Amino acid sequence: MSFVSRGFKGRRRDDVPPERIPPGQHATRDFPVLSAGPTPHTPLSDWTFEITGEVAEPRRWTWEEFRALPSEELTTDIHCVTTWSKLDTVWEGVSVDTLLAEVETDAEYVTAFCDGGYTTNLPIEDVTDGKAWVAFAYDGEPLDPEHGGPVRLLVPHLYFWKSAKWVRGLRLTADDEPGFWETLGYHMRGDPWQEQRYWGD
Amino acid sequence: MAGAAVLGRLTWLVAEAVDVLTETPRTRTLVLDVPGWTGHRAGQHVDIRLTAEDGYQAQRSYSIASAPGDGRLDLTVERIEDGEVSPYLVDDLLPGDRFELRGPIGGYFVWEDEPGGPVLLLAGGSGIAPLMSMLRHRAATASEVPTRLLYSSRALGDVIYREELDRLAADGAGFEISLTLTRAQPPGWEGYERRIDDELLAEVAWPATERPLAFVCGPTTFVEVAASALSRLGYEPARIKTERFGPTGG
Amino acid sequence: MDELMLDGNAVGGLLLEVFAEDVTRAGSCCDACGATGQVGALRVHSNAPGVVFRCPRCDAVLLRLASDGKRVWLDLRGLRHLELPRAG
Repeated sequence: MSFVSRGFKGRRRDDVPPERIPPGQHATRDFPVLSAGPTPHTPLSDWTFEITGEVAEPRRWTWEEFRALPSEELTTDIHCVTTWSKLDTVWEGVSVDTLLAEVETDAEYVTAFCDGGYTTNLPIEDVTDGKAWVAFAYDGEPLDPEHGGPVRLLVPHLYFWKSAKWVRGLRLTADDEPGFWETLGYHMRGDPWQEQRYWGD
Repeated sequence: MAGAAVLGRLTWLVAEAVDVLTETPRTRTLVLDVPGWTGHRAGQHVDIRLTAEDGYQAQRSYSIASAPGDGRLDLTVERIEDGEVSPYLVDDLLPGDRFELRGPIGGYFVWEDEPGGPVLLLAGGSGIAPLMSMLRHRAATASEVPTRLLYSSRALGDVIYREELDRLAADGAGFEISLTLTRAQPPGWEGYERRIDDELLAEVAWPATERPLAFVCGPTTFVEVAASALSRLGYEPARIKTERFGPTGG
Repeated sequence: MDELMLDGNAVGGLLLEVFAEDVTRAGSCCDACGATGQVGALRVHSNAPGVVFRCPRCDAVLLRLASDGKRVWLDLRGLRHLELPRAG
């Protein structure tokens, strides 16, 4: 163990039930902004969301069409691989099930692709059956660009790098294709309860 | 583990605070003793690491404010509201307390009295720290390279090292200071009163034709505005060195 | 404009864990647009699972670094080359 500095505690929350915090995580009150690049600003008039790849026919929604889809509000905990967890976050979004219902596919994996070039890969079971949303609101307000607005993928049961900011679509794939962080040591799946942070975990 | 070699040239050393000096209501200088310290060049920084009793660690970078060859290692830290590390360093740390430190780091943002044009230093808030190392080094080596500092602070009471800066300017060795106070000014204030902009820089900065060497340091927003303004004034991009501190000044 | 962005120089400590010498003054060349400069002048995004260095001219990713504390992963694909001074 490293050298301990007298009196240093950090700013972690210590008033949370430990069973809600996955191994190696600590709770925070803030909502840290993490980013691999500058915040994109695509005008909504140019914005589309697509499902492409291993599908019988690709499907695309404009912003108006996307916002006309049924959506739901959810409260959930989120866990970032950089060790902070934030409890009881409130989101509103369109379930990925709703979007995938519009395409025919046998694909077993998806890659989320985003403005700015970020990608992340997931098994299709991790984004279906009520586990994932394309979220457009956080805490009752339209999603801030620094937190991924206009929409981000939301997959709260996995580490938050899978909840891709500025998502523009899902590409369905036959194979698991590593995305931006998955090509650089990060786990292909990322389950915080099994502490799947890096390759080999 | 402190003292054990890690991959590469830097090892984590143990720094002990020997003195803590209040500079302004929000900033404090930590005077450190670091066994094994190999010295630094003006403008470099250190990484520090704090470990809590339960093993939680936080790491931050701070510019070295003391001059090379001073025999001491000074870090000037600004307290960031809701920060994780700076409130501990500014409010809680006592002489005798210790933390881990590695350095010196960063040969890119260094001044060593190279032959060439005059020097322009642009500081936003606590961004003055590495520039102070450069100014102290300049004084210690009796350099006469024409140097101008433009220092942006919220108010006069937030100007770090104010008396020392005034003394260095009064010494008449080719060093001039301009202050701009962006939020509050004392009665009778004759300096600038606004955030840096093209016009202000045009009045203060050396003309580009003199091939000045510029060092810009402070919050990222400050650095963006200042560096792009220098570009528009014709400064060569390779002679504008920037040290962005991030959103909160370090 | 991204407030969190830093310069390559700011992560010099991390770079020294990987490279034998200080690379903040090494010359870099962006493979996407050909821009040259020093590594210390690259735009760094380090509030992330890893550190991303981007070209100040075209924003292309030049270098990526991630670590689990025991291994460091380094992706240099975005660089056409690095120019390092030769020791000795």
